[in-house]
Amino acid sequence: MMYVAAVFLPLLGSIAAGLFGRFIGDRGAQVVTTLLLGVSAALAVPIFTSVALEGHSVIVPVLHWIRSGSLDVSWALKFDTLTAVMMIVVTWVSFMVHVYSVGYMAHDRSIPRFMSYLSLFTFAMLMLVTSDNLVQLFFGWEGVGVASYLLIGFWYERPSACAAAIKAFVVNRVGDFGFALGIFGIFFLFDSVSFDTIFAAAPAKANTIVHFFGIDWNAITIVALLLFVGAMGKSAQIGLHTWLPDAMEGPTPVSALIHAATMVTAGVFMVARMSPLFELSNTALMVVTLVGAATAFFAATIGCVQNDIKRIIAYSTCSQLGYMFFGIGVSAYPAAIFHLFTHAFFKALLFLGAGSVIHAMSDEQDIRRMGGIWRHVKVTWALMWIGSLALAGIPFFAGYYSKDSILEAAFASHTLVGHFAFAMGIAAAFLTAFYSWRLLILVFHGKPRADERVMAHIHESPAIMIVPLMVLAAGAVFAGWLGRDMFVGHEEAGFWRSSIEVLPSHPAMEGMHHVPEWVSMAPLVVAGSGIALAYLMYVFAPSLPGWLAGSMRRVHLFLLNKWYFDELYDWLFVRPAFRLGRGLWQGGDGALIDGVGPDGVAAATRVIAQRVARLQSGYLYHYAFAMLIGVAAFISWYVFNAR
Amino acid sequence: MILDLVPLMPELLVAAAALALLMLGVFRKADTSREATVLAGLAMGGALAVLVGVEGARQTAFGGMFILDGFAGFSKALILVASAMTVSMSLDYLKRENIARFEYPVLVLFATLGMMMMVSANDFLSLYLGLEMQSLSLYVLAAYHRDSARATEAGLKYFVLGALASGMLLYGASLIYGFAGTTSFDSLAKVLGGSGHPNLGVVAGLVFVMAGLAFKVSAVPFHMWTPDVYEGAPTPVTAFFAVAPKIAALSLLTRVLIGPFGELAHQWQQVVVFISLASMAVGSFAAIGQTNIKRLMAYSSIGHVGFALVGLAAGSDLGVQGVLIYVAIYLFMNVGAFGVILAMRQKGRAVEGIADLAGLAKTNPSMAFVMAVLMFSMAGIPPLAGFWGKFYVFMAAVKADLWTLAIVGMLTSVVSAFYYLRIVKVMYFDDAVEALDHPTNPPIRLVMAVSALVVLLFTFLPGPLLIGAKAAAQSLFAAG
Repeated sequence: MMYVAAVFLPLLGSIAAGLFGRFIGDRGAQVVTTLLLGVSAALAVPIFTSVALEGHSVIVPVLHWIRSGSLDVSWALKFDTLTAVMMIVVTWVSFMVHVYSVGYMAHDRSIPRFMSYLSLFTFAMLMLVTSDNLVQLFFGWEGVGVASYLLIGFWYERPSACAAAIKAFVVNRVGDFGFALGIFGIFFLFDSVSFDTIFAAAPAKANTIVHFFGIDWNAITIVALLLFVGAMGKSAQIGLHTWLPDAMEGPTPVSALIHAATMVTAGVFMVARMSPLFELSNTALMVVTLVGAATAFFAATIGCVQNDIKRIIAYSTCSQLGYMFFGIGVSAYPAAIFHLFTHAFFKALLFLGAGSVIHAMSDEQDIRRMGGIWRHVKVTWALMWIGSLALAGIPFFAGYYSKDSILEAAFASHTLVGHFAFAMGIAAAFLTAFYSWRLLILVFHGKPRADERVMAHIHESPAIMIVPLMVLAAGAVFAGWLGRDMFVGHEEAGFWRSSIEVLPSHPAMEGMHHVPEWVSMAPLVVAGSGIALAYLMYVFAPSLPGWLAGSMRRVHLFLLNKWYFDELYDWLFVRPAFRLGRGLWQGGDGALIDGVGPDGVAAATRVIAQRVARLQSGYLYHYAFAMLIGVAAFISWYVFNAR
Repeated sequence: MILDLVPLMPELLVAAAALALLMLGVFRKADTSREATVLAGLAMGGALAVLVGVEGARQTAFGGMFILDGFAGFSKALILVASAMTVSMSLDYLKRENIARFEYPVLVLFATLGMMMMVSANDFLSLYLGLEMQSLSLYVLAAYHRDSARATEAGLKYFVLGALASGMLLYGASLIYGFAGTTSFDSLAKVLGGSGHPNLGVVAGLVFVMAGLAFKVSAVPFHMWTPDVYEGAPTPVTAFFAVAPKIAALSLLTRVLIGPFGELAHQWQQVVVFISLASMAVGSFAAIGQTNIKRLMAYSSIGHVGFALVGLAAGSDLGVQGVLIYVAIYLFMNVGAFGVILAMRQKGRAVEGIADLAGLAKTNPSMAFVMAVLMFSMAGIPPLAGFWGKFYVFMAAVKADLWTLAIVGMLTSVVSAFYYLRIVKVMYFDDAVEALDHPTNPPIRLVMAVSALVVLLFTFLPGPLLIGAKAAAQSLFAAG
């Protein structure tokens, strides 16, 4: 009962606020959704205790969904350690975001709609993490996609928001297509979509070969790669990442909840959930590692030159997701999930803190027009510092433990791609620290660059926005320290049990405890130098960034334009698609179908009508002639046909 | 001898009434047009009652020249109903145009008598007598408004071309007599039934006869008089032309082709298929450009004849049944539509442009509704009666494997829907420049209401018409 309630209460809140928002009013919608989510969050704690700590994994059947041939999909909630961890993250961050939104969205015109979408998203996300089969997971997967679309385009009067929403939806569709193909492939291989059945049968199928396009492929590799394409779309990995920065068009609480803490980590969760499958394919794991490492580095480089406060954090999210993926790629699933767990807290904290800054600065988002406001918003300033310390991986903050374990695992995997990932991760850690402090310095320190009207208006956010930040800050400070032993330490095996499977041939998790001293120290050293560089460039030698940008114009532009991914896609896909559509519309439909079809027939009818009417001359002898010709023609017909 | 005249009782009544009204009009000095019209209508009603009384098994008179069977009875009933309805609508119009005279109803009575003779003809001689009696009356009626140049022109054109058609018919009949040795339909059926390969002379004669009759039903390519005469003649005359003579001539054509020439079906079917196709096409396409509603109705009637001929082309009892159902429904649609056209007046002056109907839905919703129902029905849109008319003839054609006819018929009915719906569009969506007067004449309003009701309710009560048409069609085949 507790399990079902925890999942379905947010849906109840969403329906109440969405359909009956007019009756219960703004305040009613806020109270209903927040309260129900609070209950759900509270329930997540005993669930975590029972499932993860005491080891009582359960499957709660809800109802039969589809039965067609050998396809049997039931609606069931699966609770194991992985799910319980995700539930804690999802419900608590979502609860905090709900509370925060009460303050942040206070002046909006459609509060019930917003609260309803938030709760709907939470329900879909819970559905995703609790599913016990792939189809149900896909339902939640698409559900969060829809909610994300609705929330990015929440301010639908803005063309840019609508464009961003469509972009997010379409780019995700590319990933979802791969995911769907992966599900089809799994059903084809295993004749089932239920996790337990698949995982039980997986080792036996490890060497199944499928013949496709004239080449023999390992079936598991293909399926795993297709699933990973889905994960790449949802988790904004390089190539399919372009939607995430644009998604910042949505209200800031949405960015915190969906595009930092929860939805974007669904890809990581899914791959971890499918670990028994991925473990069987070294090729797939290698691809995951490469993509994750590349994303971690690539996104961090872009983050260094962006000027929009939310976009910097968005690229940071992208980069951190890359860490999680290469963690998975080296079979360090627990480390990846650990990073997911800690990242949720400090990234949500950073986003909500950024929201608080934007709120204070009268909706200003460009960090070049901020600066020197720390005196006015001291609490926000302190909280942002905590978030940045955690993100940069400074000891004893949450990010320190999780990021270090991923990097150590990558080193300890003793493979070429593992070492490549380690190098990329170290470089990204340096950049992370740099852009975090660049942001902090430009926003809070130095001289104010905003105009006086804005400066006069600066105020600390109300308590309803600050309290959730504090809760998240507590998570950002303590989550790593508290969770270390359970997630990646010596209690690890007893904690995860069967929810994650690692083959003995992938010893990274074990090896990470036995890496050389310099490997453990490296992340800390580069983070410190990153911070130092930021201070050098933005405090002690403020002319340096301008000089650098000028002297390395091409590099700067390359980074500023996000490696030209959007331009490339625009040229490669968007424009040809528009051209094709326009061609089919004007040429195919307009000229060919309309022109020959309705319009052509109508024009022909008109011409025929005129000709026929012209025969009607009004002259008697014409009429008589026509009659005689008619008779003569009929008679001739018979005369010539008679022989 | 007395017994011999029983089948003729309805005709005798109409003839006597016509003569009596003629006397009445000549010998009374005052204007008797009203009395004459009412009495003519009553005479037709009486004739209908007598017809119902005497109708039954197949009976002949005048030594087999005259026949009364189920087919003739059904057609006569339709003719009488059509004549009575159109004559009752005419008086008001004629009075307003100052051409109301007692000759009008008398001429209509004589024309009706001729039509009744036509559908009962069982010999080429009686056929010709009936046809000419009808035609001569109609020639005069067409030019009835003798001060109007248009009407006179229409009458003259109709007369000259009609004479030509009559000549063809006579020539054909003489050819048939020359090659078959008889003019009696019964004997012809026997003579032609025996021979294996048809004589070319007989076929040529049949083609001439068909040409003459096709002129009367205004089938393409013998249709060209129709638009000019319809437009030129006074509107009540046009209304009369559009319905009763069409029914009579179609019935006659059907009897001639199915009865004496039934064995030559393969020969005449080719001609019927062609004129049917051509009529449907011309009726659909030529009407599109018209601005005068009477001219439009002329093309519409050409098209409808084409559809009715589809049933005849099938040559089966199902086809004949389809023809009878089609003309019965055609009767009510056309009479109703002409009721609306007769009621089209602006400030007392008759108008006949399609554009004059603009905005009728606002100025006179009920009239617009009647017209809309009739137009939808003519376009063949279910569930109105016009759809079922087309349905039965096309079904007969499909059963007879005449796919071309059925498909072309469907396509042309789509084209014709354009101009029917355009009238609806003009009435409902265009703004009125000047509103039409409200019709005050009770007979017109009654006719409009009755025809709209028949068209609307046929779907729910098709029984009487279907059963009647079926019995009539079977009587024709049982005899042959």
